[in-house]
Amino acid sequence: MSAAVSPGLGPGDKSKAESGESCIPIASDLDIIKARQTGRTEASKLGFSSTDLTLIATAISELARNIVMYAKEGEIVVRLVRSAEKQGIIVIARDRGPGIADIRQTLQNGYSTSRSLGLGLPGVRRLVDEFEIDSQVGQGTVVTIKKWKTR
Amino acid sequence: MQVPILKQGPYLIATIQSALSDADLVQLRDDIVLRVGRLRSTGVIIDVTALDVMDSFATRTLRDIAQMIRLRGAETVIVGIQPEVAFSLVQLGLSLAGVATALDFEEGLAFLDRQHKGAGARVRSSGERSMRRE
Repeated sequence: MSAAVSPGLGPGDKSKAESGESCIPIASDLDIIKARQTGRTEASKLGFSSTDLTLIATAISELARNIVMYAKEGEIVVRLVRSAEKQGIIVIARDRGPGIADIRQTLQNGYSTSRSLGLGLPGVRRLVDEFEIDSQVGQGTVVTIKKWKTR
Repeated sequence: MQVPILKQGPYLIATIQSALSDADLVQLRDDIVLRVGRLRSTGVIIDVTALDVMDSFATRTLRDIAQMIRLRGAETVIVGIQPEVAFSLVQLGLSLAGVATALDFEEGLAFLDRQHKGAGARVRSSGERSMRRE
């Protein structure tokens, strides 16, 4: 887990879409569905098991939900990794919302500032292989998750 | 996409047919809680077989529905949670504690029938008492 301030916060630094990268703008509950369906479709190209596909889609759903709930808008970037050693999916959830003051506390099970969630980020963390969060109060939050395909 | 709610004897059956937005889920909650009173239903089956993802909001809303229905004097059973979805719910740390679940529609119906028979005092009108599957 890194709690460092990321230089590339916010949707402003939208890097050029590489091959195999999709960017889904998130601004409403409908976009949550779109994001997780995109993630599932992309991940299925790597031949993930149906269980893994569901875990990935669920994790994306939670991240997109956090954006809608706390930041109102942001984006989800889905990227496939196909190198010789590793195959997997990277999902980046980025917003320019209020940011998180105490990341450590947020990652504790059961902690939430919104009465409606409570399990958001710690739950997402359990669904994936790698989890990273960069956040700065007043600037925004970037959550990066990775799921590797087991051979 | 709205969820159709059908009346079958003393029961209401809501079959979710595709991914639901938050607004759809809230709509389902409000419709079903209203209708359970209007139609004097004693049981509700919510079929989630078609749901490929149940995130925190969907799970919480289903739990809310079941609790609200119980406060209205009826029972809810959620049927058709897929194995992958069950796994992700557990990983996510979400539970449907206190909510009845069944493998599929058939089992859900059998569960409600048992509840229905066993709870004579709770049945609202004697006319509905002997009603079973139509």
